[in-house]
Amino acid sequence: MSGFGWWLRDSWEMVVRNLIHIKRTPELLLDVTLSPIMFVLLFSFVFGGAINVGNEGGEEGSYINFLMAGIFVQTVAFAGIYTGVLLANDLQKGMIDRFRSLPMSQSSVLTGRTLTDLLRAMLAIAIMWVVGMLVGFRPEGGILGNAAAIGLMLLFGFAFSWVGVAAGALVRTPEALQGIVFAAVFPLTFVSSAFVPTASMPDWLRVFAENQPMTLVVNAVRDLTLGTNVYDAELPSVLWSVGILVVGFPLGLWLYNRRTTQ
Amino acid sequence: MTAAMIEAIGLHKSFGATHALAGLDFDVKEGTILCVLGPNGAGKTTAVRILTTLTRPDAGTATVAGIDVQRHPAEVRNKIGVAGQYAALDELLTGRENLEMVGRLYRVPPADVRRRANELIEHFELTDAADRIVKNYSGGMRRRLDLGAALMAEPPVIFLDEPTTGLDPKGRLSMWDLIEELAREGTTVLMTTQYLEEADRLADDIVVIDHGRAIARGTALELKQQVGGERLEVTISDAPYLDAARRVLAALGEGQAHVDVEARHVSVAVASHDGVLTRAIRELDAAGVHVDDIGFRRPTLDAVFLSLTGRPAEEKVEVEA
Repeated sequence: MSGFGWWLRDSWEMVVRNLIHIKRTPELLLDVTLSPIMFVLLFSFVFGGAINVGNEGGEEGSYINFLMAGIFVQTVAFAGIYTGVLLANDLQKGMIDRFRSLPMSQSSVLTGRTLTDLLRAMLAIAIMWVVGMLVGFRPEGGILGNAAAIGLMLLFGFAFSWVGVAAGALVRTPEALQGIVFAAVFPLTFVSSAFVPTASMPDWLRVFAENQPMTLVVNAVRDLTLGTNVYDAELPSVLWSVGILVVGFPLGLWLYNRRTTQ
Repeated sequence: MTAAMIEAIGLHKSFGATHALAGLDFDVKEGTILCVLGPNGAGKTTAVRILTTLTRPDAGTATVAGIDVQRHPAEVRNKIGVAGQYAALDELLTGRENLEMVGRLYRVPPADVRRRANELIEHFELTDAADRIVKNYSGGMRRRLDLGAALMAEPPVIFLDEPTTGLDPKGRLSMWDLIEELAREGTTVLMTTQYLEEADRLADDIVVIDHGRAIARGTALELKQQVGGERLEVTISDAPYLDAARRVLAALGEGQAHVDVEARHVSVAVASHDGVLTRAIRELDAAGVHVDDIGFRRPTLDAVFLSLTGRPAEEKVEVEA
């Protein structure tokens, strides 16, 4: 078998291991099941009446239509960073030493991890889609538009999971990373178009909010799912996602190698 | 069969200001067991981590099965099995799943993975627990499974980092049997330990290390001779009889008997146990010496350290704590 073939097989081996973990500790799925459901319900019922989203909410101009893209992207981004928490956990428990003493493809530990989190992101999107539709989400973007939106979300989430790998390789404990996630990712999602239109923000904040990757991806997903053409963010959002992946992948790999070889 | 399967030359490794290894050399011949003996913090684990490609040395070279560990780590990993003090097993996988996963990652053909896992489970007495998750295993079961994982690909060289630390006597004995069996079948074993007794039982050769450097090496017998070997020690009731006791013991043992007047102790080096105790009691009695206590004293790691370094083995631990 070629090097690439072994890499695929070892990565799959790691995915299977991660899926067994999920099967035996289902609470590992809370962040991609219960949390996004709560976000959908809380935001739509609590903020829904107070926020006027205008044409950004599709034909109906409803808040739930506006909100779903934001929740989708926030969830895949968080799930991506959570990759780092699970990696830090492995690093702490010595399992990585076992893997590193084996003649396996070493990077497959990481690809196995990020591919598993891609599956987790798919599950999260499916659950949110259903819950969203139950409370009024109407994705009128057609099969092509919605498929493109899902593809973009997964690409963004996958890119983010490599940022998670880099972060996981840097921290000493998984708990430390949990803290960093809240300090870094929350501002990124709140200072964006995820939950409210950016138009009402003060100018200095709006400049950042409208140009940061989270907003661009949210806007593109919003246009694609609702079948609108408000933002024209598709190209920049793809470029940002690919850019994050192109930087995050080698960075994650390098930091992981540095961490594990001392 | 005298080729060195493991060779370490001038290994140096520092972590910040701590010199874990300061020029460590040793080699292990094919099919033999080398015990690296030393107290906590002596550098044993660092040496194993370098030889198993987990850590890079700052200076020096190391080869396993003739392969340079720094230049060709991937090839070295094909030749080795590693079992550690902190048994690296997947807690959420069953024993069998752990073995099979490691086997597949060793590139063992799929059909052999299943057969080999079954063999090891049976041989290591894990049959009842094989399909339970490792989280619920006892310490001894974990160590056996950990060793089993290291053996999945039947590697020619095995590294064991303190394989019995923390095990109860029964667990320790069964681990010793398994290690001896490995060497009998031709596997080269490098193991670290804090226990002289363990090195004595298992090792063909022993390297004693302290502060990252080898301070003594040889067979268990050679080291014991250096330390003074086993001694027969007697405590008597009445100080005036010390000289009589000294004469009796000197005749029974080897070399001069040592007398500690204040403690009313007399001791002498002995080569074997053969009837020595019975004869000692009989002859002391005949000489009119009343005995408070009598017995063999085996040299411990502390004794080795005391004699090699002039300080007890535990000193460094206390400094670090």
